[in-house]
Amino acid sequence: MHVDALIAPLLNGSAQGALLLLAALGLSLTFGQMGVINMAHGEFLMLGAFAAYLVQQVITASDLSIPVALPVAFVVAGLFGLLLEVTIIQWMYRRPLDTLLVTVGVSLILQQAALQIFPSQGVPVEKPGWLDGQLTVLGYDWPLRQLFTILLATVCVAALSAWLKHTSFGRRIRATVHNRDLAETSGISTRTVDRLTFFTGSGLAGVAGVAASLIGGTNSQMGAQYIIPAFLVVAAGGIGQLKGTIIAAWAVGVALSYFAYWTTGSLAQVLAFILVIVFLQLRPQGLFTVRTRSLA
Amino acid sequence: MTKKPWISLGGIGVFAVLLLAVAPLVLSDHWLNNLGKYCCWAIAAVGIGLAWGRGGMLVMGQGVFFALGAYSMAMHLTLESAGDRVPGFMVLYDPLAPLPAFWEPFRGAGFTLLAIVLLPVVVAGILGYALFKRRVKGAYFAILTQALAVALATLISSTIRETGGDTGLSDFKYFFGFVLNDPANKIMVFLIAAGLLVVCLLVVWQLYRSRFGELLVATRDAEERVRFLGYDPANVKLVAFVVSALMASIGGAMFVPIVGIITPAEIGAAASILMIAGVAFGGRASLFGPALGAMAVGWGQSSLGSTWPDGWTYILGLLFIVVILFLPNGLSSLPARFAAARRRPEQKAAPSAATPELEEVRS
Repeated sequence: MHVDALIAPLLNGSAQGALLLLAALGLSLTFGQMGVINMAHGEFLMLGAFAAYLVQQVITASDLSIPVALPVAFVVAGLFGLLLEVTIIQWMYRRPLDTLLVTVGVSLILQQAALQIFPSQGVPVEKPGWLDGQLTVLGYDWPLRQLFTILLATVCVAALSAWLKHTSFGRRIRATVHNRDLAETSGISTRTVDRLTFFTGSGLAGVAGVAASLIGGTNSQMGAQYIIPAFLVVAAGGIGQLKGTIIAAWAVGVALSYFAYWTTGSLAQVLAFILVIVFLQLRPQGLFTVRTRSLA
Repeated sequence: MTKKPWISLGGIGVFAVLLLAVAPLVLSDHWLNNLGKYCCWAIAAVGIGLAWGRGGMLVMGQGVFFALGAYSMAMHLTLESAGDRVPGFMVLYDPLAPLPAFWEPFRGAGFTLLAIVLLPVVVAGILGYALFKRRVKGAYFAILTQALAVALATLISSTIRETGGDTGLSDFKYFFGFVLNDPANKIMVFLIAAGLLVVCLLVVWQLYRSRFGELLVATRDAEERVRFLGYDPANVKLVAFVVSALMASIGGAMFVPIVGIITPAEIGAAASILMIAGVAFGGRASLFGPALGAMAVGWGQSSLGSTWPDGWTYILGLLFIVVILFLPNGLSSLPARFAAARRRPEQKAAPSAATPELEEVRS
């Protein structure tokens, strides 16, 4: 066996993990804080990808359009998330499981709308020229696109953790995650915090969508394929802490890649699922947990 | 807890008469067949009502158990139609393909029936034991079950030589020796499905009024309190989960001879969510709600879904949003709501604002 046969799944898997991380980052933020699973998160990712496509219709130079598309996708997906929070989710904080189902409805509607607005076979998102090359790592030609995904994920994680750690808003978010009642008693407007968290979390899905559009196709179904792996990453990583999500995303990405290399792509999904179940047996709360006094 | 269980039993009786005696006389063959299909979804929905409505476990992957029953039945019927030869779709890719080893036992009718019952029990038992004992619940449980449905559908799609892949299994000629094309036999198959639905309703009726039913509701509403009282909530939930899996499997098994085809699309995430939609619509915690809701959504899916698919998806999405947001107990809670509103309009405001959780359920 060649070295590149071993190294290729590792590198591809790392890129896949970075994409998963981008998709899971926002989910972990909203789920960690509000205990709400937003099943429309995958569709926000899709919105980001379509936003990238629309930006390319305006700015035709693809070298420039992708850097412009990233903030645009963030804002577009974030605003949709804010809209969802204000119209529906804020009424349902006492019923987290029901929120899951309501957002299933939202995701169905968004998918169908995307299917009707855009061509059903999907739209092409031009890759910028500076992502065309390859980087040779130990004899394996690693596409620069994948390196870009990893860089993007790194930047997002760094920005998010700096924001959470060093700004007063970040402190308020962390306080709300740890103890919502106490945070409220201390004068933090948890309503505002919730809205901003939802905006940020959904916006991150939009950024993930731009990255996904550069790797796979951009169509109405693309969100559905990310939501479950992203949630498995959140579950395995443990909620409320970024480092768990990072490690879990990388591990799931690499595991998927190696499984797919040894068996087939679909069997890899089944194996990854079993892996997560077994892992949750060992650590039901995920890799890292915020210790609280709440039961279970 | 139950005020008048016998009224519900009478309701099941009326339902049974309508389904088993009136429907075959009134409906055309085409609509009877459709009704049979809705009955299969309703059987699975009754199980979801038990696990989700009463047990609080949002089972978003019942398609898995539906598939276990459906594919067991479909493999048997395929082998029965093929006789001594290897099923046609396998020979398509490789004329000398041997029958896969896991197909062989499904030649036997007894084994098939046993598999339809035992496979979901074993799978749900292992999965439920692993998850509930480690106190995996809420959204985690919901998404894990859905992930399982996605994984299974993907697996079946990709193993085209062994399971027929996306085209699924179809062209069944015989049903345990009976010719499926015969109208009389079609009515018989419908009666079996409808009868099984009535049996499932009777089972949950008994479960709901038993002490187990009370314990299940208690576990849903205050799991920790149940634990502190000395019960193990994991066991209570496990039983409900296994029973619901068994019902989904039975529904799937009857789906095959009635519809005549089973594909991964019928068991994947979308199909599993459709089952949930019916239960939410009808009323998750009520006795009849899940079955009737599933039939209504099934009707919408097979009529609107084929004539106006775009609109149907919007309707389905709105159904989720409106029902869950405004009517968490589904349509079945409407009469009680109207009655309560009429009885004491002035006192109503206070309790409804204070208790957004599910109200106490009655059967």
